[in-house]
Amino acid sequence: MELKEAVLELIRRAATDLPPDIEKALQEAYEREDEGTPAKSVFKTILENVKLARENSTPICQDTGSLIFYIDFPVGEAEKTYREAIEWAAAEATKRQYLRPNAVDPITGKNSGNNVGKNAPYIHFHQWDKDEVRIRLMLKGGGSENVGIQYKLPDSNLKAGRDLKGVKKVIIDAVVKAQGFGCAPGTIGVGIGGDRVTSYALSKEQFFRKLNERNPNPEIAQLEEELYKELNELGIGPMGFGGKTTVLGVHIDAQHRHPATYYVAISYMCWAYRRKAMTIKNGEVTYAD
Amino acid sequence: MPIKLTTPISEEEIRKLKVGDEVLLSGTIVTARDQAHKLMVEEKPDFIREYLKDSVIYHCGPVVKKNDDGSWSFVAAGPTTSSREEPYQADVICEYQVRGVIGKGGMGPKTAEGLKKCGAVYFHAVGGAGSLIAKRVKKVKTVFKLEEFGTPEAFWVIEVEDFPVVVTMDAHGNSLHKQILEKSEAKAKELMGL
Repeated sequence: MELKEAVLELIRRAATDLPPDIEKALQEAYEREDEGTPAKSVFKTILENVKLARENSTPICQDTGSLIFYIDFPVGEAEKTYREAIEWAAAEATKRQYLRPNAVDPITGKNSGNNVGKNAPYIHFHQWDKDEVRIRLMLKGGGSENVGIQYKLPDSNLKAGRDLKGVKKVIIDAVVKAQGFGCAPGTIGVGIGGDRVTSYALSKEQFFRKLNERNPNPEIAQLEEELYKELNELGIGPMGFGGKTTVLGVHIDAQHRHPATYYVAISYMCWAYRRKAMTIKNGEVTYAD
Repeated sequence: MPIKLTTPISEEEIRKLKVGDEVLLSGTIVTARDQAHKLMVEEKPDFIREYLKDSVIYHCGPVVKKNDDGSWSFVAAGPTTSSREEPYQADVICEYQVRGVIGKGGMGPKTAEGLKKCGAVYFHAVGGAGSLIAKRVKKVKTVFKLEEFGTPEAFWVIEVEDFPVVVTMDAHGNSLHKQILEKSEAKAKELMGL
């Protein structure tokens, strides 16, 4: 298969087919809610919608999001090859209604109509020494992106210091502020440390982890588990209607920081957690969730 | 049992609704989001007046398909976050005599006041349920500002049948969103030891 056709298929899968770990978590959330509550009907609608989208190959959500690609490629290959294939695939996917045109020029207000523009789709390139290519794609909806937030510790309002206890407080605060605006139940990606940019980048990269895949650092893993339990005690529930499931998962990672700064960036992924991956080795394409 | 309502809806009918009521909505409604709301407040255009009177605004940026005969179909059409329209919504409701707004996430005190004053409610649809809701859109009647605003931001005048929504803000000043916010804030303070 040609590279551009393979990327088009990756986009189609990401927009129309939810990864199985997410669908399973939503099914379990449905079973937990009490009969006759708005939360129960919300999960029922969500599950019907996921099934319908997969069967008809139509977008799970009309906000097909921003396309964010992460490419790991062998030394010696050109970034340009991938950029060209991605731009073609994004435009073609828009034509076939797998994607909604979501690239707007902020100066003129004009929608490019095909998801291609300056820095759109956004591509993170990484060269590695394997002889295969890995392309990962995340479709990040605007509603959930808008509830992302960055904190600078210490935070006197929340009495949050520069330690994991402080980190925990700001994550709770972020989820309360997000309520149902970002299409709860969300998955929370957290980046501790780094500078303003890299803390956000780290928070977002957490969305390539499978649900409940814990951080190898035991202290962080424990914080993830505690937060998963406590955030679900907030009672915000699906869509902010109240209920037992407010988050599907919490993924945290940390990186070294400047002595003067302590950033905690929190990204929010809506229940329509769209991520897919593909690998190309010896001309063979394999897709993964 | 869900309450069935069809546009045009009278102010009297709307004022009967209460927070928590499940409604199946039918009839003609209009999609409008950020650019459309800004326009309706700043320039008060007349072209959309007849479609909005006693009808419903849907905060939605759909995925659409142009058919071979030139007509349009909705492919995916869930609600978008409503809070962005908070500065405009109350004025739009009163100016155009709108009886309801469909969106997600709920809206703030200014909109709540507008709903009470001018007789309208906030309907919550399931965010993200794009494929399912598109099935309830029976027809695209017309579209305004498509070229200027782009597909997601245009005014799509559509006919819906049994569109499932829940009343989360009524015309009596009640808001489910406010209740959940207050409860979750109290719980968060407890968890943070504040």
